[in-house]
Amino acid sequence: MMLQAASDPLMKVENLVVEFSVGGKTIHAVSDVSLEIARGETLGLVGESGCGKSTLGRAVLQLRQAVSGKVLFDGHDLTTLKGEALRRMRRRVQLIFQDPIASLNPRRRIGDIVAEPLVIAGVKDFEERRRRVSEALSAVGLDPALVSGRLPHEFSGGQCQRICIARSLVLNPEFVICDEPVSALDVSIRAQILNLLEEMKARYGLTLLFIAHDLAVVKAVSDRVAVMYLGRLCEVGPSEQLFARPAHPYTALLIEAIPVPDPDVRPTQSVPVGEPPSPIAPPSGCRFRTRCPRADARCASEVPELRVVAPGQFAACHHPLI
Amino acid sequence: MSGALLSVEDAVVDLPTPRGNLRAVDHVDLAVGAGKTLGIVGESGCGKTMLSRAVLQLLPKKAKLSGRVMFDGQDLTTLSAEKLRKLRGRSLAVVFQDPMTSLNPVLTIGTQLIETIQEHLELDLAQARQRSTELLTAVGIPAPEQRLTQYPHQLSGGMRQRVAIAVALSCEPKLLIADEPTTALDVTIQAQILDLLAREQQRRHMAMIIITHDLGVVAGRTDEVAVMYAGRVVERAPTPALFKQMRMPYTEALLAALPKLDVPPHTPLPAISGRPPDPTRPLKGCSFSPRCRYSAGRCSTEKPQLSPAETSEHLYACFHPIAARVSA
Repeated sequence: MMLQAASDPLMKVENLVVEFSVGGKTIHAVSDVSLEIARGETLGLVGESGCGKSTLGRAVLQLRQAVSGKVLFDGHDLTTLKGEALRRMRRRVQLIFQDPIASLNPRRRIGDIVAEPLVIAGVKDFEERRRRVSEALSAVGLDPALVSGRLPHEFSGGQCQRICIARSLVLNPEFVICDEPVSALDVSIRAQILNLLEEMKARYGLTLLFIAHDLAVVKAVSDRVAVMYLGRLCEVGPSEQLFARPAHPYTALLIEAIPVPDPDVRPTQSVPVGEPPSPIAPPSGCRFRTRCPRADARCASEVPELRVVAPGQFAACHHPLI
Repeated sequence: MSGALLSVEDAVVDLPTPRGNLRAVDHVDLAVGAGKTLGIVGESGCGKTMLSRAVLQLLPKKAKLSGRVMFDGQDLTTLSAEKLRKLRGRSLAVVFQDPMTSLNPVLTIGTQLIETIQEHLELDLAQARQRSTELLTAVGIPAPEQRLTQYPHQLSGGMRQRVAIAVALSCEPKLLIADEPTTALDVTIQAQILDLLAREQQRRHMAMIIITHDLGVVAGRTDEVAVMYAGRVVERAPTPALFKQMRMPYTEALLAALPKLDVPPHTPLPAISGRPPDPTRPLKGCSFSPRCRYSAGRCSTEKPQLSPAETSEHLYACFHPIAARVSA
């Protein structure tokens, strides 16, 4: 594969295509995406709404069926697994969602919510379930004795996200997909949860796919970052390198658009780059070309492939910045 | 502040809830002059939106407001509903976070713009239409004539927010309140909308209040910033002074907790422990003291009042302010 992340990839996505049909039209949500995530690595996936980043996360878990392509988890192609075999694999892969309150059943007690994955996985011994639930709740900084018997509405957004994280960890997974885990949280709570995710990653030896629209948040936790635009990957590279020297004009635009909390940094007048086109009829060739200052005729006729631009850094652009 | 277009004086907003009285806004003073931009920053539940609603006189029915809201020489709290209705939309305009809920989904963009214009200005249909087209052009909407016949759902989120701004600007307001105007938008669109607001503010010499949870949004685009916590303004200063010589530990902690692009990955963030106090159970001392690393002595028993730093424009409410501690 071209996108060599490391010698030991835990998750490998190959030429994944996901499409939806809406009102007779096809939405090209994920188009020919290939990625590798090494064991113990955090890969950040950034992009604006509608770029297909969440769909990609769900397709990895087989919650969305791919049109074509492979999802290799620890050597097994998840797209070909069914029934019990898929369920067994899924125990090793967990998902944390954006809205922590909506992802908890409001009528169930916290102890039962966190124990649910164990019940589904067939852990029959009540005492063992209780022990593991207590362990997971303590790990995320909640007191099991105090919270187990309470209902979700008694907790704040940040605490609900801690509960969701505890639920995702209770089966000792190897791979966790975090889909915008902090974007519904306030700044002061966001930092707590990001730190917690880092602690949990170290403690449980996790590999993470961290999906978010906020570049600074992604940079804070990711070893490598993949930038997605309208269903395709634009750029992949080590976090520091990618932010210091972006190769794809879209990555550069995203970095430039972040408001900096420093009054001396005058906001650069935004380039009038307009809005992303519809994924129903994505532009031919490079999908970013309609908003790209460097686009020319070749960009309209030829789809750029991901190519090496620097060690470990790949960009899909005919006119890269480096 | 004399000569201010808007001054909020000792505003208190109380909301009755089943759990008891909730003091959403707790003795707030603020002022904005014509042509100036004020940023109000705070986390959810800090009272920033309730404060803006108090200015607009759009508080929930059960809410009780005391204090004065002086706008353009009149106290809005004493105006009749009819007078207020004439004022809002005309000289006092607002842009909300979610353009889908602020625009009427069953009316075309054109109807909504023309309706607002004709309600407040004496223009005939053709003139109002002409003005609508100009406004849509001004806010960067391509093919404006065609857009007039479209419905909100046919536009993207960014385009809808541009329309909402066009509606707000339609009658040349003196004050524009933008309540989280870009929170629902993507980052590349956010930059465009903030630029648009700044450009129109300059061009029309409007006063503007930007309400946001994002210190990054106010840093480069406001003249003055007020930081709110648990219903109170805890620090207020000209923007450069706030970022360079912040006194309030909460402001410092809020800025420190932001992930930064120039910090290597996996650096632990200086998080603020705990969470804001329950607004129905007010604390006796400083509301931030249970989370504050500098809290000591009277912080938990006595409320610090807003007091001036070196200049009378820079105010903070803290017994252990940052710069003073360093020099002491």
